[in-house]
Amino acid sequence: MAIKEAEPIQIDVREQFQPYFEGDVKKVFQVEELSLWYGSNQALKDISFDIKEKQVTAIIGPSGCGKSTFLKTLNRMVELNTNVKTSGSIVYHDIDIFDPSVNLVELRSAIGMVFQKPNPFAKSIFDNVAFGPKIHGVRNKKKLKEVVESSLKRVGLWDEVKDRLNESALSLSGGQQQRLCIARCLAVEPEVILMDEPTSALDPISSAKIEHLIEELKELYSIVVVTHNMQQAARISDHTAFFLHGELIEYNRTDRMFSNPQDQRTKDYVSGRFG
Amino acid sequence: MRLPSLKTNVDSNQSVVVTKQKLTQKSFVTNLGDYLMEKLFLVLGTLAIFILLLIVGFLFREGSDAIREVGISEFIFGQSWYPSSSDPRYGALPFIISSVMVTVGALLLAVPWGIFTAIFISEIAPKRLKEMLKPVVEVFAIFPSVVLGFIALIVISPIVANVFNLSNGLTAITASVILSVMALPTIISIAEDSLNSVPSDFKEGAYALGATKWEVIKDISLPAAKSGIIAAVMLGFGRAVGETMTVLMAAGNAIDMPVQQLLGLTIPDFLTSVRTLTANIAIEGSDVAWGSLHYSALFVVGMILFVITFIVNLIADLLINRQRGALRND
Amino acid sequence: MTNAALIKKKRNVQLMWVTICATFAVITVGTLAFLFYWIIVGGAEVISWSFITQMPEQNMTAGGIWPALVGTIYVSLLTIAISVPLGIGAAIYLNEYAKQGRLVRLIRLSIRNLSGVPSIVYGLFGLGLFAATFGFGRSLIAAALTLAIMVLPWVITGAEEALKAVPRSFREGGLALGATKWQTIRQLVLPSAIPGMATGAILGLARAAGETAPIILTGAAYFLPIIPHDIKEQFMALPYHLYILATQHSETATVRPIAYGTALVLIILVILLNSVAIFIRNYYRRKNELL
Repeated sequence: MAIKEAEPIQIDVREQFQPYFEGDVKKVFQVEELSLWYGSNQALKDISFDIKEKQVTAIIGPSGCGKSTFLKTLNRMVELNTNVKTSGSIVYHDIDIFDPSVNLVELRSAIGMVFQKPNPFAKSIFDNVAFGPKIHGVRNKKKLKEVVESSLKRVGLWDEVKDRLNESALSLSGGQQQRLCIARCLAVEPEVILMDEPTSALDPISSAKIEHLIEELKELYSIVVVTHNMQQAARISDHTAFFLHGELIEYNRTDRMFSNPQDQRTKDYVSGRFG
Repeated sequence: MRLPSLKTNVDSNQSVVVTKQKLTQKSFVTNLGDYLMEKLFLVLGTLAIFILLLIVGFLFREGSDAIREVGISEFIFGQSWYPSSSDPRYGALPFIISSVMVTVGALLLAVPWGIFTAIFISEIAPKRLKEMLKPVVEVFAIFPSVVLGFIALIVISPIVANVFNLSNGLTAITASVILSVMALPTIISIAEDSLNSVPSDFKEGAYALGATKWEVIKDISLPAAKSGIIAAVMLGFGRAVGETMTVLMAAGNAIDMPVQQLLGLTIPDFLTSVRTLTANIAIEGSDVAWGSLHYSALFVVGMILFVITFIVNLIADLLINRQRGALRND
Repeated sequence: MTNAALIKKKRNVQLMWVTICATFAVITVGTLAFLFYWIIVGGAEVISWSFITQMPEQNMTAGGIWPALVGTIYVSLLTIAISVPLGIGAAIYLNEYAKQGRLVRLIRLSIRNLSGVPSIVYGLFGLGLFAATFGFGRSLIAAALTLAIMVLPWVITGAEEALKAVPRSFREGGLALGATKWQTIRQLVLPSAIPGMATGAILGLARAAGETAPIILTGAAYFLPIIPHDIKEQFMALPYHLYILATQHSETATVRPIAYGTALVLIILVILLNSVAIFIRNYYRRKNELL
């Protein structure tokens, strides 16, 4: 257990002297020496860091740096690609997610995912949200209705769609679709939500709504969000990891990362010199 | 003091409880269902292999009697086929020659016809005309062969009889003409596909050097699509040699060797009635006694036909893959 | 040669070849138009409601083609009922479960080869396996099984195309919610693929309806003026009926109008089925583009 028994220190003192605090918040993921190959192509090199519980962790970096790959590794969606090999470990609740005993269905129920392009199913709005609970065994109509309502309320979509729950989800606007996808993910009651550039396909107003939602959701969920938008990372995240060419260059609290980057490459990137 | 806890819902109204136990527990029913479905699909997926093997094995099994009694060389080189005589003969050479003759004759017509049409559709026709021509080719492909055979019978055969001054217009050449129509859609669509797959930057480079449209077609598109066009011809051959109804109705079905003597040479005679491998199976297969030697001999004829089409299609397949590979590497 | 002369020569050469290509294209269209013209003109005289719905009479020299039409519909539907589930299953394996490798290459090679096997060889195979060995005799079921195997490569290819058209994001979305692979396929992938699969199935139906050679060996009857009541009975079929009328009948000249009518009905049936298939495909394609 890497979690120390923390000393009773004053909060402000910690903020001043520590880059971040091991004992302060619990970790949800403990990534250790993670490497990943697509065939003979190494996409992730020796990544090690902890992801904090009920915080927003942003993964930034230029395109092709492995940030999306890393995100998809956290719920093992990356294995949908052919010829994927991994080494190292990602510990989640005391167990390495690559352990053969891990049940992928349970893993992915606990670790939800929101994709870059909104991907509602070709079903009604109601059925989209109810899909997760249904496949996990909820048959009771009343219970389903409750879950759908509360999930849609949580993403602020309920008032917009409550009169048209039986219409196709594909009739919604892009931003509404993305919030529906988040609601769909919440309906499964996950613990972690992975978001892969959730606003990159949306207009600025819809993006702002999603960002606001992320800030609300972190009260209840641990969120890892990949973004190519550094301002967004700075606005919404507590911690930021900077990836480059498959390597983790720097990981720090977001405010420190942007005000005082330790690595020259991070400095170049956050100041917009490349990428 | 904070203790590491497996429970996450310390102070939230959320009901999520993720534990190591939960992550590793596997639902027996769900897993069994998924496992069985996967195996079922594996079986269905490999069905094609089994059917192919079954066809080969079955042709061989049913034909083995005849091969034992008659001998494979008699089948391939024997010149007379009298299955119901008191001294039965099973020489399929006339059928083999007829099949090849009729097919080659069909390709002599269909290859230039199909390839020039494909060039027109793919390279020359403006977009709107192209969109109109493609369905025309598709409609050709859905024409039932028995209808084309009927057309051959009532339209082409009298013309052939007239032109060549024959008493009976049901000849090899009649069959070739109608078979060329059967092979046409295959040749056009495969040739067109391979012309379309020639990257446009190949052509643009040539246009940039001042080449005319025809020079680009001749020097760039056709050479690059060569393997694909040869494959189109091979597939057309396979299609035509395996075609039954049109030749059955148009070729007359005489069982003699379709040859004539000219200046001391034996050459194929296109103006005589012929019976192909396919037609012979159709004619004799419908009333043959099951299990007889004759029945078994028909399976040998089927085997010969299968081998011919198998080889032709395999070569076409290799050629198509080669073109794909070559264009990808460039 | 001067530059201008060279250009002129080039232009003439090009003109010649383009003209040749265009001529062949015109011949292609002309041939098709001719085929339709001939059949429609010949068939329109005899085709009528009673021609379609009556039994053949007086040794097929009079009356209609009802049992042949029904027989063709029966055998085609039975064919599709057998081949579509198998074909969809195979396509699901190839597109959803299989990992690229030697097995998949072998399966694809087999499918391509099966699609090149002559139809009469399928007939021979069906005769030997279904009619003789399985003891179905020459019957509706033996013919349908034979045709089912024959159209299987096309059904598989059609179903696979339909599955390929389903966005990858549906599968990702389902799996990311913790659905199992089969749940994802059944609830998210298949519903979207059904129109495409229906298109493939109807195209297979059209092919089975127009096919003659395999059913000559496995079950089509020369003359049987009853509607089959059992799958182990023989049946009449439109294409075989046309073949009989055109070449095997003792009075081919007398029955020629009926042959034309049969050909026209067969063509209409096949084109109707293909049009329905294409309509479904285009309808859903347009619907998907709008979304």
